[in-house]
Amino acid sequence: MTQKRSKGVIAEKKNEIMGSLKKLGTQIYDQLDSGVFPTITMPSRSTDNIHYDPDIRQYVLGERSVTRSARNIRHVKPFTQLAWAAMFSNELTFHRKTSTLRDVYYSAQAYNMTFKDQQESNNIITDLETATGRSREDFNIFPEERSAVFGDLTIEYTVPGYEGKTLNLSSHPDGVLIGPALTSSEFASTTADKVIAIEKGGLFTRFIEENVHKKHNSILVLTAGQAPRQTRYFIRRLHDELKIPVYIFTDGDPWGMHIAMVIISGSANAAHLRDLTTPDAIWSGVWASDIVNYKLPTDPLDDVDIKRLHELQRDPRYQGDPLWQKEIKTFLKIRRKAEQEAFSRYGLTYIVDEYLPAKLDDKNKGKKK
Amino acid sequence: MAQATFQEISASDFFYRNRDIAGFTNPSRAIFAAIRELVENSLDAAESLKIPPDIYVRLSFEGEASRDTQIYKLRVEDNGCGIQPRFIPSAFGQVLYGSKYKLKQMRGTFGLGGKMAVLYGQIMTHQPAYVTSSTGSAKIYSFKLMIDIQRNRPLILDRKVLINKEQWRGTIVEFTIEGDYLRARSKILDYFKQTAMVNPYANLTFVDPKGRLYKFNRGTINMPEPPKETDPHPYGVDVELLQRLIHITPHKNMQEFLKNHFHRVGDITAQKFQVFSGLTTASCKKHGKLAYQDINWSRGPNCSRCGEVLTLSAYKNPKKLSHQEIVKLMQHLKKFKEFLPPDASCLSPLGEELLKAGIIKELNPEYLVVKQRKPSTYAGHPFIIELGIAYGGDIPKKGSFIIYRFANKIPLLYDEASDVSYRVINAMNWRRYKVSPDMPIAIVVHICSTKVPYKTVGKEFIADRPEVRKEVANALREVSRQLQHFLSKREHVDREKRRLSVFAKYLPRIAEFSTTLAGKEKQPDIQKLIKSVQKYDTEKK
Repeated sequence: MTQKRSKGVIAEKKNEIMGSLKKLGTQIYDQLDSGVFPTITMPSRSTDNIHYDPDIRQYVLGERSVTRSARNIRHVKPFTQLAWAAMFSNELTFHRKTSTLRDVYYSAQAYNMTFKDQQESNNIITDLETATGRSREDFNIFPEERSAVFGDLTIEYTVPGYEGKTLNLSSHPDGVLIGPALTSSEFASTTADKVIAIEKGGLFTRFIEENVHKKHNSILVLTAGQAPRQTRYFIRRLHDELKIPVYIFTDGDPWGMHIAMVIISGSANAAHLRDLTTPDAIWSGVWASDIVNYKLPTDPLDDVDIKRLHELQRDPRYQGDPLWQKEIKTFLKIRRKAEQEAFSRYGLTYIVDEYLPAKLDDKNKGKKK
Repeated sequence: MAQATFQEISASDFFYRNRDIAGFTNPSRAIFAAIRELVENSLDAAESLKIPPDIYVRLSFEGEASRDTQIYKLRVEDNGCGIQPRFIPSAFGQVLYGSKYKLKQMRGTFGLGGKMAVLYGQIMTHQPAYVTSSTGSAKIYSFKLMIDIQRNRPLILDRKVLINKEQWRGTIVEFTIEGDYLRARSKILDYFKQTAMVNPYANLTFVDPKGRLYKFNRGTINMPEPPKETDPHPYGVDVELLQRLIHITPHKNMQEFLKNHFHRVGDITAQKFQVFSGLTTASCKKHGKLAYQDINWSRGPNCSRCGEVLTLSAYKNPKKLSHQEIVKLMQHLKKFKEFLPPDASCLSPLGEELLKAGIIKELNPEYLVVKQRKPSTYAGHPFIIELGIAYGGDIPKKGSFIIYRFANKIPLLYDEASDVSYRVINAMNWRRYKVSPDMPIAIVVHICSTKVPYKTVGKEFIADRPEVRKEVANALREVSRQLQHFLSKREHVDREKRRLSVFAKYLPRIAEFSTTLAGKEKQPDIQKLIKSVQKYDTEKK
């Protein structure tokens, strides 16, 4: 087993982020100082400016851009809010404090900068993301955490008070929360040679109990439904920095399929951001064809499921690998869906002992070809 | 078997029994009505000489009368024309005294007000009235009077003549009255305030029973032209008036009678009317007796076929008309379409300037527009509508428009909802003018006429006559349009102010945040930017 190690990525990134915030501030300052109304130009986030880029396999913003000008009566307030958000993020990053969207909303009042509601402040944070091309997590603004990680990976904290401290992510059997402290830590060492991302908490616990991390030499990630941005970012880092493949296991229905797709190709909402996708990640199951092959207990697809399948059929992200279209067609043919837990009909360990190795092997073979 | 007793009653007696119709409904209303009638007489007396009125009213407590009422002494002094001594007893001691054969715009047109007050006072307290007056001559006359109610005659209890050393002119009336001042107080104060509004050239002073002084000073000494006396217009007469005119006329033929006793009736009109009504006939030498429509009147009565001058049959003697003929005459007077409309010389409107002065003086609005309409007529009576709309300033927001109603310069304080103005104002589509009742708006409506179309003897509200309604509505539209302009202009200014305040609020913050973010020491100077917004905006206007 090889020891892999990546260091200095986080420190470097932090400098970049503070640099981009300062650049924004300097730009506004210089415009004011030379006696002109400051403007900020950023890509437009309107739906007709969001395109799928097959080369990088994610949604991107098009050529169109919008300019916020302090000269415009309708812009001057959001402009001020954006300047405040940039300054606030800069303070957070500088002092290495974290915050949540809710917290931002209330913090504004301390600066006598009121937002009409939570939505208004969320929009300003998204503006800041678009203007700088950085995600809010980079500015230490995090949503509530719920996803977790488990496996032989030793991390080194960079958060204040923990600098230099290390933790092996297999030290706690419930897994470790993917929060600000974890996502901002450097990867010190690992023996794992793959990442397995799992949609549901029940299966995540089962895998830990059944020593999947040892048997398959893997790092287990619980996405807890649709993976939060920081979890997607974390998976990408695992893939890029440790250079190990990522396999995704979800329920066998259109929703599970799309959880895998968002990890692989991202979402339209985050079209202004990069580094959240893992284009090489592999959806390993549960496929529609698995339902047939393994004779899994199923539920019928309801109208919403069918509608969703038709949407996905047209979705540009599903046009690359023929696997997707094939599975969508199979779903539509059999009109059934199955959960990951359906394997329990063959006994508690069947999924770990039989299904998982088969699927991992299957994919490896496929890759080698 | 029921027995009915019939007895003749005098005018005084009639009004004593029916004092409700003259406004003396209850103790609080009575005290208000008494003050009002006397103040109005005083205003008329001063205006007839075009002297800015100085009126002093004092109500003093004399003693308790019943659980709810007290005895007060009411004293009203004015600087008006005064009354000649021979008329004083009748003027205050005889109900319905006065000449009714000439018309002009007056406040008290019933000849009732002052006497009614004195009569009421006498009934309730059995005290005499004191009247002192001088026309500015060498003597002042002072009377102590009571009314013989059954005979409708003044009783002179005492009469004094004083030397008028200081050439005083005016009238002082003093008598006791029973009433309820506490309840009447707010109406009385409203009355003075509104009287001051519509008589901006008058000084009004009121001292109430508690010794409180209310003073309404004049805002101008300009006064409207006093009204001229006019004859009644043919459209406005009834049989009774015709009979009285016939009774007093010195003229022995209809031509002279019509010309001399009716408003805007000249030689030709009188002849035309007589032919029209068949009082006289016109005949042509060639064509004989002609019908009304066959006569060409452009150069006197000519035959429309041959141009021959016509001969009219002899004019009748009005004194010899039978009762049926008088009724017919009255009907023809109303039917004849060619009488000229009454002119407005008998009216004395305030005029836009004075109305403005009065409203500004009493309401102190932020914006005011007034409009005087051209004279119009209803049923042969000329009238003029003057209307003002006032916005903001000291005018409170009440959730509905504040309406001030005036008729012949007296405020109307009761029965607002029955008044034609109230109805017109409420029927108006205010949204068209971007005006809403929750704005601080007061509307002032003044009607002046030789015969104000009151609905009741109490003179509290104007009847809903189509001619009056139309004039009020038109005046209201005109002023509302101007108010709309004002409001939209002001909204524009407000919008610009708000705009500027947005920049003034946010630009410094942007400077502050960007300075911190850029890590600079000194904030950039943004005053120039804020000024540029201002400059740009003033140019835009």
